Amino acid sequence: MIKVENLTKRYAGVTAINNLNFEVEKGEIVGFLGPNGAGKSTTMKILTSYLPASSGRATIAGFDVFEQSVEARKRLGYLPENTPLYTDMRVSEYLRYRANLKGVPGRKLKQSVGDVLELCSLRDVEHKLIGALSKGYRQRVGLADALVHDPDLLILDEPTIGLDPNQIRHVRELIKNLGGKRTVLISTHILPEVEIMCSRVIVIHKGKIRASDTAENLLKNQRTAGSMRFEAKVGSDPAAAALQKLPGVKDVTVDQDGDYSVFQLRLEANTDPSEDVMRLAASKRWAVREITRRRPTLEDVFVELTHSDS
Amino acid sequence: MKTFLTLFSRELKSFFYSPIAYVVLFYFLLLAGVNFWYQIQLVNGYPAEVTIVEIVFAQALFWFPFILSFPLITMRVYSEEFRMGTLETLTTAPVKDWQIVLAKFAGVLFFYCILWAPSFLSFATFQYITGHNAANAAGAYLTTFLLLFLMGMFFCSIGLLASALTKDQIIAATISFSVILLCVFLPFLPTVMNITSPAIKEIFAYFSPVQHMEDFSKGIIDSRPVVWYLSMTALMTYLTLQVFQFRKWKA
Repeated sequence: MIKVENLTKRYAGVTAINNLNFEVEKGEIVGFLGPNGAGKSTTMKILTSYLPASSGRATIAGFDVFEQSVEARKRLGYLPENTPLYTDMRVSEYLRYRANLKGVPGRKLKQSVGDVLELCSLRDVEHKLIGALSKGYRQRVGLADALVHDPDLLILDEPTIGLDPNQIRHVRELIKNLGGKRTVLISTHILPEVEIMCSRVIVIHKGKIRASDTAENLLKNQRTAGSMRFEAKVGSDPAAAALQKLPGVKDVTVDQDGDYSVFQLRLEANTDPSEDVMRLAASKRWAVREITRRRPTLEDVFVELTHSDS
Repeated sequence: MKTFLTLFSRELKSFFYSPIAYVVLFYFLLLAGVNFWYQIQLVNGYPAEVTIVEIVFAQALFWFPFILSFPLITMRVYSEEFRMGTLETLTTAPVKDWQIVLAKFAGVLFFYCILWAPSFLSFATFQYITGHNAANAAGAYLTTFLLLFLMGMFFCSIGLLASALTKDQIIAATISFSVILLCVFLPFLPTVMNITSPAIKEIFAYFSPVQHMEDFSKGIIDSRPVVWYLSMTALMTYLTLQVFQFRKWKA
């Protein structure tokens, strides 16, 4: 559905994206991750023909976004960052205008607008001025606009920003339900969102792709590993040293909490020394209060991929 | 065509969403009415050698509101899209840039015609009530409004170009007001500077809207101003398209 080849965009002296290559298949929901200024929005703007690329090419459903931009644009729905809308129009009037503009035939107009009003729960505000709506409603009007012509591809730039937790849940459900039939490219820096919604993640940093895989695989292959918290009454035992010697343990720090010692174990990748820890505790007869393994999260992956300047 | 009509009707409606349309309409109607009434009074007082149409459109009371109306109706058109960021939703819909530029031009021009509709009617009413011709012939009446339309095209296109240059409405209005003011009053330069050379005077007269109005309100159709206004409108609109694309791609 989307094919990006050697895409580069330079603004006066700054390279926003550098030689980007990726593909998105039909029906995928792809999360586009990266810190602010990584080039997510720039890439999306090029895909939607809003900006021309400096070099390289991108196609949507086989149509070049520069050469055959109108054909490409017919097939996509786009929700820009900050959701710009005509504040002087009413919700349903705006959606009718947008549907017309995107070539929805007259006989299907009422149906299409009605559908997206339902889908985005906008029925109760359909006659209100957009300027009078809250941020959450505006966001949903933007989403309804992106969906109104039933596009094959949705490009959503931070769709859940500014929404309250209930609305976020609602929008996530909505996007998740769109998958399969439609292709979705969604940028965000809310990480749990990606794990919930997306079938694949593309991590971009400083204009380059750092990783492109399912969230699961990213976690599995991640180099910095998880950690373990272990609380036990160990008396004066040199427990830290004993724990340190276990296979898979990188280092140990100790805190005191009353009679109990609280150990933080940093672990190597893909290791789980919990059995060894329990065996050690049993053999030394420590009273164990808590043992918790903290799995690496997407946040760890994200930090690792985008923190270093390498 | 459907795309163009959709854009056009949004553009035209947007005038009436804001109070600007009503304010401009009110003030224009008021001044045009006062001007019309005042000139009738004047002509009533003593035998005149000019027609109502000729005298009405020769007055400062006509020219000043006329010049001022263009910045007011055009300043918002592009600036507002830039400022609110709606340029992005507009241009990522499957529409071509020239469709946007032409639709905006057509929308503004149509509103300008709405501004003039009451005046058009007041002359008709005059003829109906008094039984006298407001102009020296029906043709003169039409040529006057033809010129108003042609000048409107040119000055609207200047205003739109100014609006496409900036996201600040006030700056857009200032630019277009200055340029249109120059277009109207620069041709008086030879008079002001006491230049007697007939060649120079004639050149300036070619470009003088005031001179054009004097001719057209008598019913004289001169093809030179027609070509001048049409070609300048085309040029301004072409430049607007270029500026629009440049600003979009720079964004």
